Amino acid sequence: MRDGALAIDGLSKRYGDIVALRGMTFDVRAGELFGFVGSNGAGKTTTMRIVLGVLTADAGEVRYDGAPLTLATRRRIGYMPEERGLYPKMRVGEQLEYLARLHGMSAAAARRATREWAERLGIAVRLGDEVQALSLGNQQRAQLAAALVHDPAVLVLDEPFSGLDPVAVDVMSDVLRERRAAGVPVVFSSHQLDLVERLCDWVGIVSGGEMVAVGAVDELRAGGGTALVVDAPDAGDGWADGLPEVVAARREAGRTVLTLAAGADDQRVLRAALATGPVHEFARRRPTLTELFREVVSSGPPPGRPATGAGEDAAGRRSGWELRFVGGSLRVRRKGGQR
Amino acid sequence: MSGSVDLGTSADGHQPSAPAPAGADGEHPGRGGRGADAGGGTAAAAARQVVWLVVGREVSTRLRSKAFRIMTPLLVVLLAAGISVTALFGGSSPSSIGFLPADARAAAALSATGQAAGVDVRAVTVADAADGQRQVRDGSLDAAVTASGPDGFRVVVRRSLDDRTRGLLAAVARQQALDAQIVALGGDMAGVDAAVAAADIDVVALEKPRERDNARIGLGAVTGILIYLSLLTFGPVVAQGVVEEKSSRVVEILLGTVRPWQLMSGKVIGIGAIGLIQLALYAAVGVPLAVATGVLSLSVVTALASAGWSLVWYLLGFALYALLFAAAGSLVSRQEDAPAVTMPLMMMIIIPYVVGISVLPGDPSSGLLRVLSLVPLSAPLIMPMLIAAGSAAAWQIALGVALTVVTIVGLVPLTGRIYAGAVKRTGTRVRVVDALRSG
Repeated sequence: MRDGALAIDGLSKRYGDIVALRGMTFDVRAGELFGFVGSNGAGKTTTMRIVLGVLTADAGEVRYDGAPLTLATRRRIGYMPEERGLYPKMRVGEQLEYLARLHGMSAAAARRATREWAERLGIAVRLGDEVQALSLGNQQRAQLAAALVHDPAVLVLDEPFSGLDPVAVDVMSDVLRERRAAGVPVVFSSHQLDLVERLCDWVGIVSGGEMVAVGAVDELRAGGGTALVVDAPDAGDGWADGLPEVVAARREAGRTVLTLAAGADDQRVLRAALATGPVHEFARRRPTLTELFREVVSSGPPPGRPATGAGEDAAGRRSGWELRFVGGSLRVRRKGGQR
Repeated sequence: MSGSVDLGTSADGHQPSAPAPAGADGEHPGRGGRGADAGGGTAAAAARQVVWLVVGREVSTRLRSKAFRIMTPLLVVLLAAGISVTALFGGSSPSSIGFLPADARAAAALSATGQAAGVDVRAVTVADAADGQRQVRDGSLDAAVTASGPDGFRVVVRRSLDDRTRGLLAAVARQQALDAQIVALGGDMAGVDAAVAAADIDVVALEKPRERDNARIGLGAVTGILIYLSLLTFGPVVAQGVVEEKSSRVVEILLGTVRPWQLMSGKVIGIGAIGLIQLALYAAVGVPLAVATGVLSLSVVTALASAGWSLVWYLLGFALYALLFAAAGSLVSRQEDAPAVTMPLMMMIIIPYVVGISVLPGDPSSGLLRVLSLVPLSAPLIMPMLIAAGSAAAWQIALGVALTVVTIVGLVPLTGRIYAGAVKRTGTRVRVVDALRSG
């Protein structure tokens, strides 16, 4: 199927006894901004490095536009590695032109694109400086320019926002939105979940080398159970622990934030709260991405499960998740077009 | 989304099975350059172009590096200065001895004796004793014989008379005394002179003489040093360049678009070209200067032929060692780990050189050197020395070149595999076996 999408299909990778990826599957459609979140070591960077051909997967494949990636199609990917990589002693401008030319641009086009992106990202005055002379923030901008300079058809960015000041975050966000508008599939990883929530159309949460939840940000939040915020000042710690409706509870700025099981009766919770004393606030709230993430990651992958190839269906195994989960869910998503 | 269709088709637009719809490129003028490049040549041409881009980067960044810009002219100046200094002070200039017009016979005897003894002296006629003394004082004569008699010469010098000239003058004085005695005894001077001139020695050598040509041995030594220094400088530069790409993680970006062999060969060719430029510069300055100033008493043709062979052997040696250094460099991820992997290779350069430079001056046709000049890893260091010294036969040179070329051809896939297997792996040092397995 020719759709201009980037499809990651059943990637598995192990390093000796350590399983880095087990059947990692998701896709990023043309003109979609996909946020890739997960704790450290969950497999985000490994996935991206396999997409770029820096690593070879033990199983599974990566397709772009319906066909497995080749060196020719990889040349059309813009990549920002997690550990930034530019020649420290080469001038920024020459470096960008060199990278553009390696990706197949003519000398004139490379020069033009370098100029344009440097101006767009605010490093035009530093083009004649060596990379090592730049501040970290500017090195980051140069790195982004390196990912964009060859006008890529796909963007894969590993932690593009880390270490950026708020102004640079805005510039970066604008650039990503603009690329999305140009019909480019954009996937980036980040630990700044508020940013992901604000920016992305789709989010994938990875844990233990597999995709545990994937969906539109709003759907994930709507389907992620309901959070109750209860302000009952006289209630002691653990007042809600015995309630069958409550899946998880934690204190947040003097209030209790409860995660309820699906279909739970919140009025019973209210009664339990009133039993402890006065209740100043009792509000339903959709969980933030951070809360979803925390819950998904803390539940973790089932222990003792062997590394397997593509297609293993993890749907329903995660508490509170009613959504399209890994494996089959993607097919549903493609056919159904939930947007 | 129309953007996605356009992007998809132009990605593999040069594959025959997927014809690009008309106007796909036209919608994005910024992509025109790429379309022209990708469509213009075959995959092989595109692959070569990538290698040349890598070569171009290596050459341009290194030509502009401080190390090259400062060191190269400095070494050229040092080389020129060294040759000039040798020309000015190193050579023994003939000593000039002044004789009075009356002592013409003694002057002729001094020249003849000097020639027989292999000492370069010139006999100069001075007008009188005062003139001789003045010329000694102003330095145009080393000594002047201002009076002569049966009891010998009076010699005027500025400070002292060197031993060899003193010996020659003493011999001439004794000859004069002898002549005077022979005449006094009524002897036939002409007959004595003829008999003396006829007397000579006949040498019977028990073994074949060793052919020694100091000028050529000197040329061999200089050639050896230059090749040795070039290999020892630029070999590790290759390893360092590979480690730089790994340690700065540039390699991760590059490998998304460049194949490992392209990166490796581009780096080897680029750095090799820099070394060649440097060596050619030394040869272009050093050879004509040395021949012109008489430091090298060889014909320009011999010297240039030797320089040409040196460049050939530099290229062979560099190719051989650069492949090994590139593979070695790919095994480590940090500059501080590089010496551990490059040291064995450096020893492989240093040891043959040290052996060669120690044996060559004493015995240019030594059997050990002949063997080492054929062994591929030491050939690039030893063979050019032997060629310059004139002790390598044509068949030897041909065999040495052939063996080295075969080794290089064998090393290309081996080192390429190690490099490809190791260059993507960051972190700890990669074992050669693991690199080979995954390469």
